[in-house]
Amino acid sequence: MADIDIRQVAKRFGSHQALHAVDLTVADGEFVVLLGASGSGKTTLLRIIAGLETASEGTVSIGGRRVDDLPPRRRGIAMVFQNYAVFPHMTVFDNIGFGLAMQKMPAAEIERKVRRVAGMLHIEELLKRYSGQLSGGQRQRVAVARALAVEPAVLLMDEPLSNLDALLRLEMRAELKGVLQESRTTTIYVTHDQVEAMSLADRIAVMHEGRIVQAAPAPEVYHHPATRFVGGFIGNPPMNFLPASREGEGARVAGHLFRDAPASGGALAFGIRPEDLAPAGEGFAGRVKVVEPLGPHQLVTMDLAGHLFRAVLDNDLAVRPGETLVLAPRPGRARWFDADSGASLAEITQPEPVTGA
Amino acid sequence: MTSLATTEAEAPTRAEPRSSGRLVMASAVIVLVAWVLVPIYLLVVNALGSVAAVTAWPKSLVPEFDLASLAFFANYAGVPRALLNSFLVAGLTMVLSIGLGAPAGYALARFRFPGANLFRLAVLMTRAFPLPLLALPLTVLFIRVGLDDTIIGLALVHTTLAMPFAVLIMASLFMSIPEELEEAAWTLGCSRLSAFRKVVLPLALPGIAAAGIFAFVISWNEVFAAAVLTIENKTLTAFLLQSLDVSPLPLKFAGGAVLIVPALLFLFAVRKYLFSLWGIANR
Repeated sequence: MADIDIRQVAKRFGSHQALHAVDLTVADGEFVVLLGASGSGKTTLLRIIAGLETASEGTVSIGGRRVDDLPPRRRGIAMVFQNYAVFPHMTVFDNIGFGLAMQKMPAAEIERKVRRVAGMLHIEELLKRYSGQLSGGQRQRVAVARALAVEPAVLLMDEPLSNLDALLRLEMRAELKGVLQESRTTTIYVTHDQVEAMSLADRIAVMHEGRIVQAAPAPEVYHHPATRFVGGFIGNPPMNFLPASREGEGARVAGHLFRDAPASGGALAFGIRPEDLAPAGEGFAGRVKVVEPLGPHQLVTMDLAGHLFRAVLDNDLAVRPGETLVLAPRPGRARWFDADSGASLAEITQPEPVTGA
Repeated sequence: MTSLATTEAEAPTRAEPRSSGRLVMASAVIVLVAWVLVPIYLLVVNALGSVAAVTAWPKSLVPEFDLASLAFFANYAGVPRALLNSFLVAGLTMVLSIGLGAPAGYALARFRFPGANLFRLAVLMTRAFPLPLLALPLTVLFIRVGLDDTIIGLALVHTTLAMPFAVLIMASLFMSIPEELEEAAWTLGCSRLSAFRKVVLPLALPGIAAAGIFAFVISWNEVFAAAVLTIENKTLTAFLLQSLDVSPLPLKFAGGAVLIVPALLFLFAVRKYLFSLWGIANR
């Protein structure tokens, strides 16, 4: 149990700047997901926290103690690796008990603790097996059990589910969430999968080009993206962006006039999530190009003044390609961004209270 | 071979070039195997045959089992001593090659340092340097230092011969052990050293043993340095070379067999790792 304080951590690999002055604090018991595309620096940041990589600049504190000069074994962390890294020459029991044995714990106690975490992850019957006799999902459980067995102050997970097939990933995700809620261990979890991030995280830190662009609870990241990048990265299909031109107090977007646009900032860009659109008498009028039924919804792609524009609409609405459809943003869901910097600007209406968290 | 139904119809036209190709392949394999096996067979037959059978022709297909030649060889003056020297030099070479080669192999596998590729090349280049060229200066140097005609001196020379292979075998060996295993051990309480001992070493041990045995065989078979650098403490190869023209035929065969058999057995045991050294998949 410990909090993590990362201050101004930067990392250079030769001339390549992998991390730019990253700040992040993680509260005791919090589950933070580092979310980003490959090359965004998320794994590098995780490895710096673990002590497997040294930061070029900045400090990392775990539980109020600076750990920059400490080797991984003195940081009070445990890590789950993407490829599980289960020791192939040891049984599952010895794998899970490895960290405890390194602490010179008495054998009886090791036995008790190994059986307890093995129980948590439902792998009691595998304890005598070797890694080669396990499936990917079972190896994953062993890796998690091994990390939890040492009761680390901080649990670090590097894309732990990415090597599992889709169905198993879904199952493990739910199970992992349950196990980690029970253990209340401070956790930093790296993934490129936004659904995984949303479903697991207390807080998502979205990383882009070596920076944390937004660190907030999932609903806030989703509904109030701090930058145009976050809006485009999170959500599937991604947020629609349209150029906007100021007109007095307001702004005109694809022919539709919004009466009050944010006064601050220069050129504007308009953003709206596909699911935040509804048919209306007045709004964006575009020609429907493609209709894709998605089960509960249908994804409609239309041509809006030369821009591709997507909307997720109810199934009961009859839409045919070639038709003209008029859609308006749901109240309070339109977002404005600075067209140059991509930073989010104040919303048109009052921001709705953030729920969930 | 994917679909039986389609290949069956085409079988007559396709099978011919394939079977003739296979015939060429098979005969090439047979010739190559015979190239290696026939001399070994003759050697063994003559070593195990009675003294009279050595000069007999044609050879019987089933070798006799007469230990007379071998017994004669074992009692020949100087042989036991030479045999012991061979074992000592080869053993020492093995220990030195592993002791120096394992850290070098680990460094090549795990660390990115300037000149790593150059070092890799340089390690191999030592093999390109002809030993006869080195022999005279080396002998002079050894006499000055007092290493001439010693087991250690010869083992040092053999180590330089065996080291390139030891380093490269072990580098590829350590590279095949995922780094994450080590990192996982570090996060679970290990230092670099204890992670090596508890995780890397157990996984690398068979390969390290293979590299060691290979070094042993290189030393065991080496004759030039052994002949030049030792007088009293001759190894078996040097001893046989020296006494080749004065010794009777059965002795030569017995000596040859004694030389070749351990090397063959060892190489057979570690063939998997030698394949992996040359980049042939071993799984």
